[in-house]
Amino acid sequence: MTDTRDKPLLDVRGMKVGLPTRRGHLPILNGVDLHVKAGEVLGVVGESGAGKSITGLAVIGLLEPPARIDGGDVWFDGRRIDSLSGDDLRKIRGAEIGVIFQDPLTSLNPLYTIGYQLVETIRTHLDMSAEDGEKRAVELLDEVGIPAAASRLRAYPHEFSGGMRQRVVIALALCANPRLIIADEPTTALDVSIQAQIIALLKRLCREHGTAVMLITHDMGVIAETADRVSVMYAGRVIEEGPVAEVVRNASHPYSRGLMGSIPVIGERIKRLPQIRGAMPRVGAVPKGCAFAPRCPLVRDLCRSERPAVMPGRATSAACWQYSPRWEEANPAEDVDA
Amino acid sequence: MFTYLVNRLIQSIGVLLVVALLSFVIFNYVGDPINNMVGQEATVEDREELRERLGLNDSVFVQFIRFIGNAMQGEFGISYQFQRSVSDLILERMPATLELVFISALFALVAGIGMGVYTGLRRDSWLSRFILTASLVGVSLPTFVIGILLIYIFSVTLDWLPSFGRGETTKVGSWDSGLLTLSGWTAIILPSITLGLFQLTIILRLVRAEMLEVLRTDFIKFARARGLSRRAVNFGHALKNTMVPVITIAGLQIGTLVAFSIITETVFQWPGMGLLFIQGVEFADVPIMGAYLLLAALVFVIINLIVDLMYAAVDPRLRVSAQRGKSTA
Amino acid sequence: MSARLESVSRGRFLGVLYRGADSDLAYSFRRNPVVVAATVITLLFFLGATFAGWIAPHTPFDPSTLSLSDAEKPPAWVDGGEWAYVLGTDNQGRDIFSTLLYGSRISLIVGFSAVIFSIVLGVSLGVTAGYFGGWYEAIVMRAADVQLTLPSILVALMVDGVARAIFAGTDIKTNAEFAIYVLIFAIGISEWPQYARVVRSTTLVEKSKDYVAAARIIGIPAWRIMLRHVLPNTLGPVLVLGTIGLALAIITEATLSFLGVGIPPTQPSLGTMIRVGQEFLFSGQWWITLFPAVTLVLLVLSVNLLGDWLRDALNPKLR
Repeated sequence: MTDTRDKPLLDVRGMKVGLPTRRGHLPILNGVDLHVKAGEVLGVVGESGAGKSITGLAVIGLLEPPARIDGGDVWFDGRRIDSLSGDDLRKIRGAEIGVIFQDPLTSLNPLYTIGYQLVETIRTHLDMSAEDGEKRAVELLDEVGIPAAASRLRAYPHEFSGGMRQRVVIALALCANPRLIIADEPTTALDVSIQAQIIALLKRLCREHGTAVMLITHDMGVIAETADRVSVMYAGRVIEEGPVAEVVRNASHPYSRGLMGSIPVIGERIKRLPQIRGAMPRVGAVPKGCAFAPRCPLVRDLCRSERPAVMPGRATSAACWQYSPRWEEANPAEDVDA
Repeated sequence: MFTYLVNRLIQSIGVLLVVALLSFVIFNYVGDPINNMVGQEATVEDREELRERLGLNDSVFVQFIRFIGNAMQGEFGISYQFQRSVSDLILERMPATLELVFISALFALVAGIGMGVYTGLRRDSWLSRFILTASLVGVSLPTFVIGILLIYIFSVTLDWLPSFGRGETTKVGSWDSGLLTLSGWTAIILPSITLGLFQLTIILRLVRAEMLEVLRTDFIKFARARGLSRRAVNFGHALKNTMVPVITIAGLQIGTLVAFSIITETVFQWPGMGLLFIQGVEFADVPIMGAYLLLAALVFVIINLIVDLMYAAVDPRLRVSAQRGKSTA
Repeated sequence: MSARLESVSRGRFLGVLYRGADSDLAYSFRRNPVVVAATVITLLFFLGATFAGWIAPHTPFDPSTLSLSDAEKPPAWVDGGEWAYVLGTDNQGRDIFSTLLYGSRISLIVGFSAVIFSIVLGVSLGVTAGYFGGWYEAIVMRAADVQLTLPSILVALMVDGVARAIFAGTDIKTNAEFAIYVLIFAIGISEWPQYARVVRSTTLVEKSKDYVAAARIIGIPAWRIMLRHVLPNTLGPVLVLGTIGLALAIITEATLSFLGVGIPPTQPSLGTMIRVGQEFLFSGQWWITLFPAVTLVLLVLSVNLLGDWLRDALNPKLR
């Protein structure tokens, strides 16, 4: 447990995911770099279709075929895991990396009691008798705030409300005390009033257990409240990465700035939230240079021809040419299509 | 759940009543029952007396009630063709058909679910592709063609299995069973494969489609994400969820076996109810047709009810919320 | 099933990609050699059946050209066969190949007419039931439910049997022409509920749309709304059901004929030929029954493949 600050718990390098179709190969992720340190909460934000969820699935080897990893590698706790066999990777899933999906209504098997599903998971990863497994299941349900936990073991998923079901899902993710939880839009499907409760619960539990979280969401408000660090994704890449306060207040990438502009601030009176013109390029139609170039107010010809790498920006790192020495030489683009 | 079952029961009785009405209409109005019973030389008075005795002069409603009463006691009149009581004829033939249907159903279910699960899990293996192609051919093969092909291969060419009849049978009480002798078993192989093959392909394709569908669901993805073993995911979670629709369709398919046994019994000269029925149709033997129709409907309705019960046993959601059943009667 | 619908939203992303990739009907047709082959075979059957009179080397139904000395000849490539009778002859000396052409014609005529009959019946009952609702709808759909309780082959057999009982003593058993009408009616009536159900649900969907309300308000008569606006929307599913229904109707006809309650042997359909030939199987004349059987399977398989492909390509909500 030494030196956890420098060595990331999860390290994703140059992750590429593609989808072979009848009409050619569609790239979905174009080289994603991100890392999560032990015990921290990394927020992964971006519009829908930016590749956030796919990144999460690719990390734990749950991409749905025919989608597949085309390149890059994934390191967990100093071990390369993307090249592991299915069964070895399975032993990491659930045991060391827990997962929470978006929709609690469909994450649980409707035909089994939640007790069955909890004990099943516990006994897959921990060497426990059925009674001990059941005891742990009750503890877990207690911990995620399900009232009268012991009596609810025999209940079926449909007998719980959405918020309660997501608590069960969190309990399932925590079964084996994992060191990382990948939470993919854990509150999107829930009522707003319940969203805050679930986020608070997740935050508290992870702090108590020292669990790191990769929190995937499109909701900047949730990120601002919960995350330690943020990675911003756009068109299948991470285009900005940095501490949450800096990204929110002082983003380096023009896209992130636009995105942060869309957080409503309570108490401030504005007529209308600012909006980024245009739309994110579709999968398979990402332009050659910077993917944001067509929508960028600062665009120069360099942006249209070459893709920028992530480089130090203001207080964060960003994939934007304006922080490169070459920026000064670049000519303003002849903007005709705006 | 209870109200649900009661509802289904009422619906079933409704279906039976409608079929009984049809059956009654066929009995009484297709051809002249008197003509069919008495000879040419009967006088008008004889006919009128018979008419009175049979109650044919009562109102239609009274006749229908009497018909249902008789039917419930298993009384369906006399076969024109055999001059014997229809219920006796049917009872005599019933064991042969039921044994055939039972063995075929077992064959179709076991092989169909097995192959369906396999082709669903190993989507791209050559064996799966082969099974799927073969199953499409199977759907296109009329039952009687399958029977003839099997007879040609296994009886005529190879001379391994008998091509007709039930083999030796043994009386167990009033039940005439062919499943207690070796010759009975060799005789039932070809007919039961013939009868079950179509249902097998249907069940296979259904299980495969449902399996693929279930494997795409979130809870399967989540089960994988929980690190459950492949076995637990595939058989504990996926297969059980597949069973809900499979029970429905498979149940109905098994029900159709009774009707389809008509064809198989004709091909193999299997002495069951189906053969009796087809002879009835050929000779316009109305009492046999009517009784068979009612019996087939009864079997169907019973199977439907069993399906409903099993449905509830598998799916806990049905046990509480009653009305979310199928719309089919 | 709402759980399943919800789960779709997750796969939505990949789903959109896929739908985009195979929306193109023609494209998926060209990409699928099996379907192309099935189409060609189906077309050949149609041509063969239509022009049977010109193609067939013999006229099998003209007793004056038949001679028992030609009976039971094996196919040409087997010892004792002659090229005049490519696929051999049957027990009456009829050329099998020619009989197959005429037999397929009868199978196709009965199949098509039965499907059209059940489509007309099912669609009109379905549209009106969906459009008018009320007790009329209740009666129609209950009737469909009851009938679906029984397998269609049994319904067809019953109708056929009742017709026989009604016409008992007339010449229905020997009169092929009359037997065809009875068969078409029996098979057609056994399949209508499927069309009625699909069409009714489509009608209900269309009926709730604004344009129908608008059309009603401006006084367009109901029959016109149904004919011009509602019906076209049911076309896709009905086409798919109809194709599969054609295969089914051909099988049903063959089955009834095989059981001896369909087309009489004087003008045999494929099923009758198989029935007649079955008894010669044991004495070694396999060609009398095998060729009709293979022909039947080929025909049904091709139509089924077409229907399967159509269903996937049009992807209506029926499975």
